Amino acid sequence: MSMLSFERKYRIRGGTLIGGDLFDFWAGPFYVGFFGVTTIFFAVLGTALIIYGAAIGPTWNIWQINIAPPDVSYGLALAPLSEGGLWQIITICALGAFVSWALREVEICRKLGMGLHVPFAFSVAIFAYFTLVVIRPVLMGAWGHGFPYGILSHLDWVSNVGYQYLHFHYNPAHMIAVTFFFTTTLALAMHGSVILAATNPGEGQTVKGAEHENCFFRDSIGYSIGALGIHRLGLFLALAAVFFSAVCIVISGPFWTRGWPEWWNWWLELPIW
Amino acid sequence: MMNLRAARATRGCRALPVVLLALVLAACERPPNEVAQQGFRGTGMLEVVNPRLREEALAGITIPDPLPPVPPSGTTAGEVYQNVQVLGDLDLAEFTRFMVAITEWVSPEEGCNYCHNPADLADDNIYTKIVSRRMIEMTRHINAAWTDHVGATGVTCYTCHQGEIVPAEMWWAADPGSRRTRGLTAGTAGQNLPAVNAGLTSLPADPFTPYLLGNTDIRVHTMQALPDGTPLPATKQTEETYALMMHISDALGVNCTYCHNSQHFASWEGNSPNRVTAWHAINMTRALNTEYLEPLATELPPERRGPSGDAPKANCTTCHRGLNKPLNGANMLQYHPELIGND
Repeated sequence: MSMLSFERKYRIRGGTLIGGDLFDFWAGPFYVGFFGVTTIFFAVLGTALIIYGAAIGPTWNIWQINIAPPDVSYGLALAPLSEGGLWQIITICALGAFVSWALREVEICRKLGMGLHVPFAFSVAIFAYFTLVVIRPVLMGAWGHGFPYGILSHLDWVSNVGYQYLHFHYNPAHMIAVTFFFTTTLALAMHGSVILAATNPGEGQTVKGAEHENCFFRDSIGYSIGALGIHRLGLFLALAAVFFSAVCIVISGPFWTRGWPEWWNWWLELPIW
Repeated sequence: MMNLRAARATRGCRALPVVLLALVLAACERPPNEVAQQGFRGTGMLEVVNPRLREEALAGITIPDPLPPVPPSGTTAGEVYQNVQVLGDLDLAEFTRFMVAITEWVSPEEGCNYCHNPADLADDNIYTKIVSRRMIEMTRHINAAWTDHVGATGVTCYTCHQGEIVPAEMWWAADPGSRRTRGLTAGTAGQNLPAVNAGLTSLPADPFTPYLLGNTDIRVHTMQALPDGTPLPATKQTEETYALMMHISDALGVNCTYCHNSQHFASWEGNSPNRVTAWHAINMTRALNTEYLEPLATELPPERRGPSGDAPKANCTTCHRGLNKPLNGANMLQYHPELIGND
C-alpha cells in the first residue's frame, strides 16, 4: 500500500500501554504494537479452530458450518472439544482478539494525542458480544445459552430465542434498540447527503460550507445541530442502539421468562383506565 | 431561595431516572431460572422456567386424596338402580364410590342433589343430571380414544372441575352485537384490543371458534419460496393461527420452542415431540367441543349459555391452567378405572 506524503511524521514512538518499546513499530502502513501481536495470535488461533470445527463437522458448505455451544447440561463447566469445547475456546479467542484490537486503538490514540472515542465506541460493540456469550449465559447458568458460530445456525438461534419469548418485538429494550438503529441510519443519511450537497453544488458554482449546511436544516426543520453536534448525535445514536440491543437480550431469560407481550400487562393494570 | 429551588429541581431530575429504572425492574423477574433443552445444542430450543412463578401456579391446585377401595358387592348398579344409562355394568359398591368421588370433585358444597332429585334418583328432569351423564361419557371417551394426548395419566372430572360445578376456564363465542364504532371501521376482525385469550397481544380475541369448534386449517405456512399464482392464506389467517398458538402457550405456561423449531414451522423435523402431543390435543378438543359440549346448549338454562346462546366449551386452559401437565401430572385415573371407556 502506498503511503501518503504526510503520514511518516505521525509515526510517533511511545504511548504504549504495555511492554515499552517492544513491538513499537510499523509493518507497512500498519502499527503493530503488543496488542497487534495478541490480535493476530487470537484471530489466527480462533480461525484455525473454526476450520478444525468445520473439518470434524458434517459439511464444508460455508452457509451450514456450525460451531455450537455445549449442551445446557454442562452448565458453566468446560465441555469436550467436539461437544461445545471448541465454541468455548473460540469465544475466548474472539474476545481476546476484539479486546486486543481495542487496546491497539488506544495505543494509536495515545501516540497521536487524541481522545479515546474510537476505542470507546468499539468497546460498546465488544460489550454487546460479551453480553451475548458471557453475561447472559452466566446469568442463565450455562454456556449453552451462547449463540452458535455459523452463518445460518446463528440466524436459527436468533429466531428460536425470539420465539422463546413468544414475540420479541414486544420486548421494550428491543423496541428502543430498533428505534435507535433506524434513527442512526436516518442521521447518517441526512448528514451524508447534506455534506455531499454542499460539496457538489453543480457546474460553475462554488462549493458551499458549514453555513449553507446549517441554513438548509434551519430552513427545512427549524434547527441545525451543527457540524460537531451531528457527530456527537451520530455516535450517541449508534452506541445507544448497540447498548439497548445488549439490554434487550440480557433481560430475556434472566429477568423475564414469559412472553414479552405479557410484560405489557403493567400498562393494562394502570389505575387510569 | 432560587438556588435552593434550583438545587431541589436538579435533585428531582436526578431522582427521576432512578424511579423509572425501579419501575422497569419491578415489572421484571430475577435470576436464577431453570432451563430445559428441547433440541440440539445451540439451536435455542430451550424452555426457560421461573421456578418461583411455577411454585405459584402449583400452589393454585390441590390434589384430593383418593377414596379408599371398596370390596365388590356382587351386584351391578344397573340391577339395583333404575335408569342407569352409563356405568350400569359397574359393581354397585364401585358405583357408589364413584358417586361419592364425583360429588367431591364437582359439587362438594351442593352435594348429591345438585344433579339428583332426592325423592327419585332416577329422575332425569334436572338438567345437571343430563349434563353430568354426558360428561361421564366424554371422560370415558377421552381416556379410551385420546391416549395419544392424555397418555396413561388420563383425565377425571377433577381435571377440569377442580371442585367447581362449572370449570373455571371455559369459552363462549364472542357477543356478535358488540361494535366499538360504525361504518367501514366497524369490522375489527376481533382484533386490536388486548386479547386475554391470545397472550395479551392485539391478535384476534377468539381463536377458538375457527379452530377448536370449526375445522379451519391452522397451517398457513407457504411451502414454496416464490409465489406462483396459487392463492395463499392471508395475513388475517396467519394472525388467527398465531392467536391460537398464543393461547396454547399461555394455557400451558410454555414458550413457542416447547414444541416448534422456528427454523421451519411447517416442517416436523427438528421439532420437540411435544408438538405431536399438542397436535392430538387440538384434534381432541375440537372433537369434544363438537360432539359433546356444544350439543349440550339445548339442555342448558340461559344463565349457563354464552351471549350468543352457545354452550360453554373447552380450550387448553380448561385442563392445563398454566401447567404443561394438568394437575402437574397427578394420576387420579388409576383410582377410578371405571372412567376408561370402551372406545
